[in-house]
Amino acid sequence: MAETNAGPMLAADGTPLKKSLARALRRQKLRALMLIAPLLIFVLVTFVIPIGDMLLRSVKNDIVADTLPATVEVLGDWDHDAQELPGDDVWTAFYVDMWFAAERKEHTRLGTRLNYELTGVSSLFRKTGRRVDRFDTDIYADQFVALNPEWEAPQTFAAMLDGPAADELPLTADAWARWKEFNVEEGDAVLEEDVPDFVYTALHYELSQGAEVTGASERLRAAAAAVGEFETVSLRDQFADADEDWLDPEVWKTIQLYSPRVTPGYFANAADMQVTPEGLESRPENQQIYGVLFKRTLFMSLVITGSCILLGYPVAWLLANLPMRVANLLMILVLLPFWTSLLVRTSAWKVMLQQQGVVNDVLVWLGLVADDARLTMINNQFGTIVAMTHILLPFMILPMYSVMQTIPPSYLRAAKSLGATNWTAFWRVYFPQSVPGIGAGSILVFILAIGYYITPEIVGGNTGTFISNRIAYHISSSLNWGLAAALGTILLVVVLVLYWAYDRIVGIDNVKLG
Amino acid sequence: MKLTKTLLASTALTVAAGAAFAESHMASDMTLVSWGGAYQSSQQKAYVEPYQAANEGVNVVWDESSAEAVAKLRAMNEAGNITWDLVDVVASDAIRLCDEGLAMEIDADEVLADGDDGSKASDDFGDLLVSDCFIPQIVYSTTFGYRTDMVGDTPPTSVCAVFDTETYPGKRALEKRPINNMEWALLCDGVAKDEVYDVLETAEGQDRALAKLDTIKDDVIWWSAGADTPQLLADGEIVMGSTYNGRLFSVIEEQDQPVAMLWDAQVFDLDGWIIPAGLSEERLARVKDFVKFATDTQRLADQAKYISYGPARASSAPLVGQHAELGIDMAPHMPTDPNNATNTFLYNYEFWADYRDDIDAKFQAWLAQ
Repeated sequence: MAETNAGPMLAADGTPLKKSLARALRRQKLRALMLIAPLLIFVLVTFVIPIGDMLLRSVKNDIVADTLPATVEVLGDWDHDAQELPGDDVWTAFYVDMWFAAERKEHTRLGTRLNYELTGVSSLFRKTGRRVDRFDTDIYADQFVALNPEWEAPQTFAAMLDGPAADELPLTADAWARWKEFNVEEGDAVLEEDVPDFVYTALHYELSQGAEVTGASERLRAAAAAVGEFETVSLRDQFADADEDWLDPEVWKTIQLYSPRVTPGYFANAADMQVTPEGLESRPENQQIYGVLFKRTLFMSLVITGSCILLGYPVAWLLANLPMRVANLLMILVLLPFWTSLLVRTSAWKVMLQQQGVVNDVLVWLGLVADDARLTMINNQFGTIVAMTHILLPFMILPMYSVMQTIPPSYLRAAKSLGATNWTAFWRVYFPQSVPGIGAGSILVFILAIGYYITPEIVGGNTGTFISNRIAYHISSSLNWGLAAALGTILLVVVLVLYWAYDRIVGIDNVKLG
Repeated sequence: MKLTKTLLASTALTVAAGAAFAESHMASDMTLVSWGGAYQSSQQKAYVEPYQAANEGVNVVWDESSAEAVAKLRAMNEAGNITWDLVDVVASDAIRLCDEGLAMEIDADEVLADGDDGSKASDDFGDLLVSDCFIPQIVYSTTFGYRTDMVGDTPPTSVCAVFDTETYPGKRALEKRPINNMEWALLCDGVAKDEVYDVLETAEGQDRALAKLDTIKDDVIWWSAGADTPQLLADGEIVMGSTYNGRLFSVIEEQDQPVAMLWDAQVFDLDGWIIPAGLSEERLARVKDFVKFATDTQRLADQAKYISYGPARASSAPLVGQHAELGIDMAPHMPTDPNNATNTFLYNYEFWADYRDDIDAKFQAWLAQ
């Protein structure tokens, strides 16, 4: 007995029973998985991956490091608190970066990105991009060539920078490597092109900084000895000449702050805050908007859900309790709006509710409202709530109806026969059974409402717009997709949290669609 | 023997295919992107129909996506599949598309036809070539229209009537964005015209403009679609409102509503084509052929028969004729007509490219308060 208990239980073929069972089950699971695979792949490819990709944009910030790789590296050491401009190492690296960015037309894109954080950067980059290949840095090439004509040949640089000197002259080697890459992209042979000015500029800078070139070629050592005597041109002045904003430390602070490839900046912005070198700070009050909009979106969605319940419940009850023929007719009336374009329904409300509209005209005609004091019922919160309640009502009525249909009328009759009043019978017997329908309808309506966009845009005026209107603005107008993604992510999280809370309080098992 | 035959046959085939290719080196399909409505149909009648008559077998598909053109082109570019051949955008969007590398840079003198008067394209379009990618078509303006039956005996003559709710009570419609509104607010707050953008650059200037707008905030209906103001005017919902001058023309002349133009301080803006970057050679050849035709002197002048926007070429102005259906002279309805253009305001593209995000945040926060 003791012996059989010691080892694991074995199957007929000698493998442990547990393993054998798992294998058999795995096969079954795989088969089931294959059945749902088409749907799974479809959902993944068309839904999860695109949405995930969009949400990732809320933190992604590759553009600065990709466009200004050399600058980002040296700018990391710059002390932004000193209120002093970066040194020549940054200017030289930035010159090289900007040259490539301008050639590839990436500088304006970067300008647009940084303009979200600091106003004016957009035109700063655009202007500089036009100037950067006309800087007065050609004097370096002339002086190197005057020193030794071999400096004119690209072969000289190729031999030097593909060889041992590369370690001593990292910036020049980097500029040369990117120049080679650039020529491959353009389909040119690097050894047939003139060596560009920025390579000479970088070389001059590194030699004048006392790069260790003792072991290098005679030519390079001679150059290293001679650069002290060279006539120089200040890159800082060249940039300032293109646009004097380069002398503003704020510009450099912004570049430094947004150098990392992952940024909390968009989320901070979405929470009415901004990233500063000292940490998160709230934005000036006259720029805070998203908090207000999030609160308003939630509040109005709740009001809309509430009014849908109030209006939908009696209709659903009628539908469920009237004779079949009448109920079907009513049902068509409920479904009719579904077959009408959303835009048409929204515009119809405009005609109804505007000051010279149908409702006001009737009220004035009845004498309830003075002609010069017509009610403002559209282009505000009220109009949005009315129009959206109307549009979302079917989503409330249908689940309620299908739940109410399953409630046997005999329960009510039984309650009454036991002496309950109409009200008690309804409230104690009927209503609790219809709650799952209310729950299902509420979730549907609330989640649809929270992401609604077109109706608030048309009838919302300035007090009835939702957060989704701002998301749409940032997607299609301002092109700040990062911020739009951050706002979208927050909205998604809010909905998930509310769903979770709903599950805890009401219980998702109590929700029925029929 | 057999081999020679096969070789011969295949050579012949290749030659034939090559010849066919040379003949049709231009794609036969084009997708044009525009704004829809009366504007797009004016383009259809003035450019596309004559072009199709001259080039049989060219198929044109319209996509009414100009309002989201920048976002959609960016998405197409990221997906690596550009489905548009020619896109109609406003000048500020053309600048942004050029900035983002999504539009192709062009040499105006090479791509565009010379003017009928013999001037070079770059001179004929002149200052309107605001970006290296932009091919201007029309000058339009954003200006005000007012209900003639709601302003009493003193019809407004100045844009500042918008801020004068005592003389002109009633609602006014303004576009739901800072651009133009901020400038008008400053103008009516006593800032000189050539200093508006200097003032608007500063935080104090922005606050000042918003404070001025604040005085009429309760009386404003904010529009986001160009059709809103014409509808509101026609229904008598508002006493005055801003919109594009072509929309107002249609309310006044085509629909015969009691509405009149207030040309004062109209803001000029441009609309034109951009060619998306990254088109295949055949498609590019077709687009260039079309664009050269569609922006020549006669075609731009023809467009004014259908809509009251001014042609972007100087050489087209003398050729502007009568409305195709109403038979009225179109010249007096052009925003550039000397009688209308006594006091105009030029939209500053560079300024708004820089300040758009910042001022928009403030503007929207102010609106939401």
